[in-house]
Amino acid sequence: MFMGYSLGELGSIFAMQAFAGLILFSVFVLMSLGLAIIFGQMGVINMAHGEFMILGAYMTYLTSQAFQAFAPGLYGIYFFVAMVVAFCASGALGMLVEWSMIRFLYKRPLDTLLATWGLSLIMQQAFRSIFGAREVGVELPEWMMGSLAITDTIEVQINGLFVMGLTTLIAIAVYLLMFRSRWGLQVRAVVLNRPMAGAVGIDSERVDRFTFGLGCGIAGIAGSAFTMIGSTGPTAGQLYIVDTFLVVVFGGAASLAGTIASAFTISQAQSTMEFFMSGSMAKVLTLLVVVCILMVRPEGLFVLKVRR
Amino acid sequence: MNLGRRQILKGLAAMPVASAFGASAFFSSSAFAQAPATSAVNTTGLAVTDTEVTVGILHSVTGTMAISETGSVQAEKLAIDQINASGGVLGRKIKYVQEDGASDWPTFAEKAKKLLVQDKCASVFGCWTSASRKAVLPVFEQYNGMLYYPTFYEGLEQSKNVIYTGQEATQQIIAGLNWVVQNRGAQTFYLLGSDYIWPRTSNKIARKHIENFLNLKVVGEEYFPLGHTQFNSAINKIKLKKPDVIYAIIVGGSNVAFYKQLKAAGIDLSKQTLLTISVTEDEILGIGGENIAGALACMKYFQSLDNPNNKAFVEAFKKAYGPNMVIGDVTQAAYLGPWLWKLTVEKAGSFDIDKVAAASPGVAFDKAPEGYVRIHENHHLWSKTRVGKARPDGQFDVLYETAELVEPNPFPKGYQ
Amino acid sequence: MTQALSPRFKNLIGLLLLAVLLAVVLPLVLEPFRLNMVGKYLTYAFVAVGLVLCWGNAGILSLGQGVFFGLGGYAMAMYLKLQSSTLEATKIQSTPGIPDFMDWNQITELPFFWVPFKSLPLSLLAVVLVPMAFAFIVSFPMFKRRVGGVYFAIITQALAAIMTILIVGQQGYTGGINGITDLRTLAGWDIRTDSAKTILYFVNVALLLGAIGLCLLVRGSKLGRILVAMRDKEDRVRFSGYDVASFKVFVFCLAAALAGVGGAMFTLQVGFMSPSFVGIVPSIEMVIYTAVGGRLSLFGAVYGTLLVNWAKTSFSESFPELWLFGLGALFIAVVLLFPNGLAGLYRSHVEPRIDAFLGRKGRSGSTPAPAPAE
Repeated sequence: MFMGYSLGELGSIFAMQAFAGLILFSVFVLMSLGLAIIFGQMGVINMAHGEFMILGAYMTYLTSQAFQAFAPGLYGIYFFVAMVVAFCASGALGMLVEWSMIRFLYKRPLDTLLATWGLSLIMQQAFRSIFGAREVGVELPEWMMGSLAITDTIEVQINGLFVMGLTTLIAIAVYLLMFRSRWGLQVRAVVLNRPMAGAVGIDSERVDRFTFGLGCGIAGIAGSAFTMIGSTGPTAGQLYIVDTFLVVVFGGAASLAGTIASAFTISQAQSTMEFFMSGSMAKVLTLLVVVCILMVRPEGLFVLKVRR
Repeated sequence: MNLGRRQILKGLAAMPVASAFGASAFFSSSAFAQAPATSAVNTTGLAVTDTEVTVGILHSVTGTMAISETGSVQAEKLAIDQINASGGVLGRKIKYVQEDGASDWPTFAEKAKKLLVQDKCASVFGCWTSASRKAVLPVFEQYNGMLYYPTFYEGLEQSKNVIYTGQEATQQIIAGLNWVVQNRGAQTFYLLGSDYIWPRTSNKIARKHIENFLNLKVVGEEYFPLGHTQFNSAINKIKLKKPDVIYAIIVGGSNVAFYKQLKAAGIDLSKQTLLTISVTEDEILGIGGENIAGALACMKYFQSLDNPNNKAFVEAFKKAYGPNMVIGDVTQAAYLGPWLWKLTVEKAGSFDIDKVAAASPGVAFDKAPEGYVRIHENHHLWSKTRVGKARPDGQFDVLYETAELVEPNPFPKGYQ
Repeated sequence: MTQALSPRFKNLIGLLLLAVLLAVVLPLVLEPFRLNMVGKYLTYAFVAVGLVLCWGNAGILSLGQGVFFGLGGYAMAMYLKLQSSTLEATKIQSTPGIPDFMDWNQITELPFFWVPFKSLPLSLLAVVLVPMAFAFIVSFPMFKRRVGGVYFAIITQALAAIMTILIVGQQGYTGGINGITDLRTLAGWDIRTDSAKTILYFVNVALLLGAIGLCLLVRGSKLGRILVAMRDKEDRVRFSGYDVASFKVFVFCLAAALAGVGGAMFTLQVGFMSPSFVGIVPSIEMVIYTAVGGRLSLFGAVYGTLLVNWAKTSFSESFPELWLFGLGALFIAVVLLFPNGLAGLYRSHVEPRIDAFLGRKGRSGSTPAPAPAE
C-alpha cells in the first residue's frame, strides 16, 4: 500500500491531516482578520500587528495569574475573561496609537510601515522590561487540554476545536459588524471615498479610530488564543508577521472574504506539503508559490472592484 | 573505583594551584599589596592594575537571544562577585565590562573587538549561539583574547583562544541514547529538529550512533524553520510511525509550540519516551511544566542535582536574583567560566593569554555545581552526562548519570 | 550674477564635503577600531543610496534589499572562503580543499555553483551581476503587471524571509546559520590586519563616493526626471509613451547592484557573511537609514546611515536595555515630524542661512521640500 500504510491507516491519516489543516486555517484566519481590517480597509501597513497579538497573550497570562491568586475556583473559565481583557487592552492601545500616530499618515501608507515598525520595537522592549526577557508559561484550564478519541486512530485536539469555534464566531461577528451594521456601512463608506463620506456627515476620524481599534482588538484575541499553541515572549510577535501579511495580500487586500479564502488555500497547501516533506521545505515552497502567484496576479485572489 | 581515580586526579590538579589557593586565602584577610607585581603577571598590556583586573561579559541582553542569555550573564556576574569576595585573582579584584551583542553577530564581533582592543580585557565570558561564537572567533584569535563559551554546541571546533565550558555534541547525545535503549527498550527513533547547524549536526551524530553502533532504526527525521509554530502535521506523522523514542532538538519559540501541541494531540509523555537535548529548566518556564512533564532531557547539569556544591550554588543564585529563578544547564556552564579562568590564571601565575591558554589543560574545579570538572587538552571540559525526567513543577528528577567523566571529542571519528 | 548656486554646483560641493569628512576627518579623529566600525556602517550606506533612487525618486519601496546585500556579500564570501580553504589548510578534512562546513555536511565535491568563485574577476562580476539578475527576475514580471507600492514592499519582504530560510536550511552549500566565516585573504593579501582594514576603508569610501556620483548622474539625466514624474503621476508618463515598467526595472536593478557592492565590502571588512543580514529585520533597518537621512537626498542617506548606526552603537553601549526604545522612537519621530529626514532639516534650517550668508536674500528659486513619496 502507499508508503507502507494500510487502507484504514490512510483513512485516518487523511482525517487527521484534514483536521490539522483546519486548525492551521483557523490560526491563519485569526492572525489575519485584524490585519485585513487595518490593512485592507484602511490601507495602513501595521508592522506591529504581531506585537498587538503578543499584548493579548500577555494579558491572558496576567488574567490567569489573577484568577490563580484571587479566584482559583473559577479557573476553568478564566480564558473567556482573558479574551475579553485581551481585546480591550489591544483595542485601547490601538485607538491610542491611531490617535497619536496613524491619523497623520493616512496619505502615506508606506510611512505607516516605518512608524509601526518603530512602534513594534518599542512594544517589544516594553514587554521585555515589564515581563522579563524569558517566555512566560500560560497555564490552561484542565478541560482545554488533551484530545477526544473519535476512533482508535483518529483523535481531535480540544484546543484545536476551541480555536476553530472561536475563529468562526469572530468571523461571523466581523461580518455582521462590517456588512450588517450601521457602523460597518460607515467604515465601508470611508474606505470607498473619504471626502464623500465626510460630506454626508460621517465622522471619518471617529470611524478610523474605531476601525483601527477593532483590528488591533482582534489581534489581541488571536494572541490570547495562541497561548494555547504557541509561545509568549517579547519577540514572539515577529514570528507571525510575514505569514499574516501574505495571507492578507494573497486574498486581495480589500476583501475580507478573500482573506478567509486565501487563509484556507495557504493552510491546506502548507499542511499537505508538511506531511510529505520536511517542515522547512514545505514552508519555503508554500511561500514561493504564494509569491509567484502574486507576481503574476498582484491583485490577489479576490478583488473589490473600486474606481480610485 | 571511580572515587579512587577522582581523588588522584583532584590531587594532581590541585597541586599547581595549591600555592595560589593558599595565597588568596591570605590576601582576603590582609592587604592587596602582597599580590605579585603587575609587571610580572601582565607582560602583554592587559587591563591589569595592582588592585584590579578587567574582564568582559559579552551576551545579548536585547533581541531574540536575550531570552536565553540572561541566565548566563547572571551566573557569570555571580561567579565574579564570589571570586571577589574570596580574595580575587592573584590578589586583584575582578572588574567587568558588559557589552550587549544584541542578538546580532557582527555586533558580537564588533563588541568583542572593543573588549579586547579598547578595554584590554584579560578574559571574556560570553556568546551563546554558535553563530555568535563563529563571528567572534577570528577576533579572539587575531587579537589573542580568551573566551569562555558556556553553551552546549555541535562541536567541530577547537581553538587555543576558547575554553568551551558546555558540552560538545557527543558528550550530550551518546550516553542518553544508550540509556533509553537499555532502560526503555527503545528500538525505533524519530528525529526532529529546528533547521540549523546544531540540531542537524546533533541528529547526524545521533543517527550514526543509532544505526551503526546500536544497530537500531531511525524511522523519521525532519526539520522546521526557526520560529515555526505549527507542528500538527509533524505530530500526525509521529503518531503513524509510532517510534519508541521521539528525539527532539527544537529551539526557541518553536519549542513552546511543539510541546503544547504534542500534549494537545494526546501524546502522553509518561508513556511515549521523548528525549531532548534542547530543553533545560529555562525553556520549561515558557513551555509550562504541565506540558512537558515526563519528557527526558540529556544534560550535564540539572538544578535539582543533589550535592553540596550545587546546593550552595542554587542558594547563592536565588539570593542574588530572587527566589523564583531557575537555573539551566547553560547557566551553570556559564558560572564555571570565571572560576576556571581564576584557577587557570593562578596555576599559570600570570594573566598573559598565552600562559593562560597553555596552563588550561588539566585545570580542575571541584566546587563546580555539576561536580568535579576538568579542562581537556582540546579546551573542552571533561564532564558527566545525566538524564533527567521533567516534573510538572519545571524541575527534573535525575534518573541517571554516567559513572565516569565523559571525554570531550569535538571531532568524533565515525560520526561524521 | 546667478540667483542661486546651481544644483549641479551644490552637488559637487556636497560630494566634496562628504569626501573630506569620510576620507580625511574621520580617519584623523577616530582610532582604528572605531574607523573600522564606520567602515561597516558605510557598507549599509550603499543600500541606503540605492534606496534613495528607487524609493525616494521612483517610489518603489523594497523591503528586500537585504537579499541583494546578502547576495553580493555571499559572492565575495564564497571567493574568500575558497581562498582560505587550501589543500594545506584543510588537510585534516575527509575531503581536503573544500570549505570546512561542506566537509561536515558530507559534501565530497565542490558544488558547481561554487566553481566560478575560484576566480577573483568572476567573483567581482558576480558581486554586481547576481543581485542585478535576481532583481530583474523579481521585478520584471511585477512592474510589467503594474504591481507597485505596498504590494511590492510586501512581496519583497516575503522574498527576504524565503531567502533566509533557504540559506539557513541548505547549510551544506551555504554554511547555514553560522554563515561563511573565517575569511582570511583576498588574492593572497591578508584582510584581517589593521592596515588592510584601513585600506579597505578607503576603498569603501571611494566606491561609495563613486556610487553617489553615479546616482547623481542618473538623477540629473532625463531619466531622473522621468522617474520623478513616474512617482508623482505614473499614468501620465505612461500615456506620454514611456515604458514605465522598464524604467522601474532599471532603477531597481541599479539599487540591487549597489546593495551587492555594499554586501561585498561588508564581507571584506567584517570578515564573514551570515544569513542574519538577509532577513526582514536588516532589510527594514536599511529603509530606516534612508528615511532618517531624507528619502530624497543621496547625501542624506549616508549621513542617516551613520547617524542611526552611531546612535545604535552608543545607545547599546551606555544603556543596553533601553536602546530599542530610542530606536523605535527615532523611527516614529522621523516619519511623523521630519518626513524629509536630515536633508529636510538641512534644507529648511541650514540652507537658507548659508544662502543668506552668501548674500542672496529672498532668492526666488528656492524649491519647497517636495512632499514625501508614498
